[in-house]
Amino acid sequence: MRISLGRWLLPVYAVLALLFLMVPIVYTFIFSFNDSQKSNITWRGFTLDKWLNVCNVQNGAVCEAFGNSLIIGAVATVAATALGTMIAIAIVRYRFRFRSGVSLLLFLPMATPEVVLGAGLAAQFLSVGVPKDMVTIILAHTMFCISFVVVTVKARVASLDPALEEAGRDLYGSPGQVFLRITFPLLLPGILAAALLSFALSFDDFIITNFNSGAVTTFPKYIYISASRGIPAEANVVASAVFILALVIVVSAQLSAAARAKRLAKSG
Amino acid sequence: MAFAAFATTTSEAEQVPRRKSPVALLLLLPGILYLMLFFLTPLVSLLLTSFQAPSEFGDVGQYSYAFRWENYVQVVTDYLPHILRSFGFALIATVLALVFSYPLAYFIGVTARRWPLAQSLMLVLVIAPFFISFLLRTLAWKQILSDESFIITSLKAVALMAPDAHFTGTPAAVIFGLTYNFIPFMTLPLYTTLERLDLRYLEAGSDLYAHPVEVFRRVTIPLSMPGIVAGTLLTFIPAAGDYVNASRDFLGGPDSQMIGNVIEANFLVLQNYPAAAALSIILMTVILIIVSIYVKRAGTEELL
Repeated sequence: MRISLGRWLLPVYAVLALLFLMVPIVYTFIFSFNDSQKSNITWRGFTLDKWLNVCNVQNGAVCEAFGNSLIIGAVATVAATALGTMIAIAIVRYRFRFRSGVSLLLFLPMATPEVVLGAGLAAQFLSVGVPKDMVTIILAHTMFCISFVVVTVKARVASLDPALEEAGRDLYGSPGQVFLRITFPLLLPGILAAALLSFALSFDDFIITNFNSGAVTTFPKYIYISASRGIPAEANVVASAVFILALVIVVSAQLSAAARAKRLAKSG
Repeated sequence: MAFAAFATTTSEAEQVPRRKSPVALLLLLPGILYLMLFFLTPLVSLLLTSFQAPSEFGDVGQYSYAFRWENYVQVVTDYLPHILRSFGFALIATVLALVFSYPLAYFIGVTARRWPLAQSLMLVLVIAPFFISFLLRTLAWKQILSDESFIITSLKAVALMAPDAHFTGTPAAVIFGLTYNFIPFMTLPLYTTLERLDLRYLEAGSDLYAHPVEVFRRVTIPLSMPGIVAGTLLTFIPAAGDYVNASRDFLGGPDSQMIGNVIEANFLVLQNYPAAAALSIILMTVILIIVSIYVKRAGTEELL
């Protein structure tokens, strides 16, 4: 009994569980084609209108919020990836004092609830008298992305073969050349993964943003504000488009990694 | 993936490199200064704010530095139900997410090992909810489970639900939302430990005539402990501080408000900054205490 049950129960459960996870995604996607009026709750028929005229609703409020999210995500990602990669290299390669203090400082932001991070920064901006706008959102996003970058890049630095850099030095490469031509290209996949993660975290962040955004509206904040009076289908269009783009990026990365593994297995 | 690394940092001790160089300082300084300025000092200003008193002759929202520890007494007496509810909801959601995720992670990480491509595609499906806005997917559930929805009307038709009962706006709906939204945080670290699970240990267990249940309890579970610890923490911490699911425009109602909702309302609407700060400090302190006790207990259980 155990064998027959064990053989079918787990795969069936896994399929059902994955389907369950997809439910709200499919719902959001379907309702991006809804011929809805102001709110997008009941199905009124199929239309491509919302996809073709995303920016026409509410004087382009959806698109403006989306654009803000893109700018914030891009700047915060560049800043956090640069700062985090430097820390990751230092942690794996060098010995320094206060090592455990540095690890704690990197771990704590990930273990702190977002509402505390958000309220803390807002309290600081308030006491210093900094007005809340795009800059404060970027400062906040960079902060919570750094730790995730460090964790992601650290693994890549640790798997780097030091012999490759030694070879570069033996061939009279200057430290700058060795870094640019050997270390950096080898770290690049890890850095890109960290950057993608940062961008995803920043793009979807609402809780911290809400405390530090003032009058600026990001895409998640737009949804939060509009939730009481109904979300236009255009928001579903933006979310679905982002979803498809992210899915394409991740699946093609997985497929190319699988293809590379196959090639390596063949040649080795 | 960051979650993979999260799972390993709890289990594997880091090797300390030997090289010492001023370069290390140059590499560390900008990022560390940044975190001190935008993570550490905000926590200090939160602590200072939590003791502030209303300014004399001041407007609403004007406070000056003081040592009003009564702020803490005040918020605890005012918001004790919200505080307890937050940790209760987060605990239930964490347990539900663990029960949901473990078999799924086991299937992807152990059963599907022979098909690496299927494995990675299933992982993509697990993280797929991250690719669609957190708020929109919560709102999608609100519509799917609304009183007029197919699911709820069917449940009422077969008398599994009272005709005048609601789902959205109840504590159950908030717990459901928290569970759904944090499932990927649970499944991924579980997957990373189960994926590396050496099946020979399980074989050894059954060779010694242990019942499959016994093998699971005494071998599989202890070996996947790092993933369980990382997953439960990654679920519990954000769930306890969340205020989107419990928000009235989302899945919550008047009797399901959490500490995050109160912090948000006090900070952004009522401009009662000291109360919001005191509640944040309470939330963070309780979480840090729970986490440190939990990590210690889980660590020693692993050795037993």
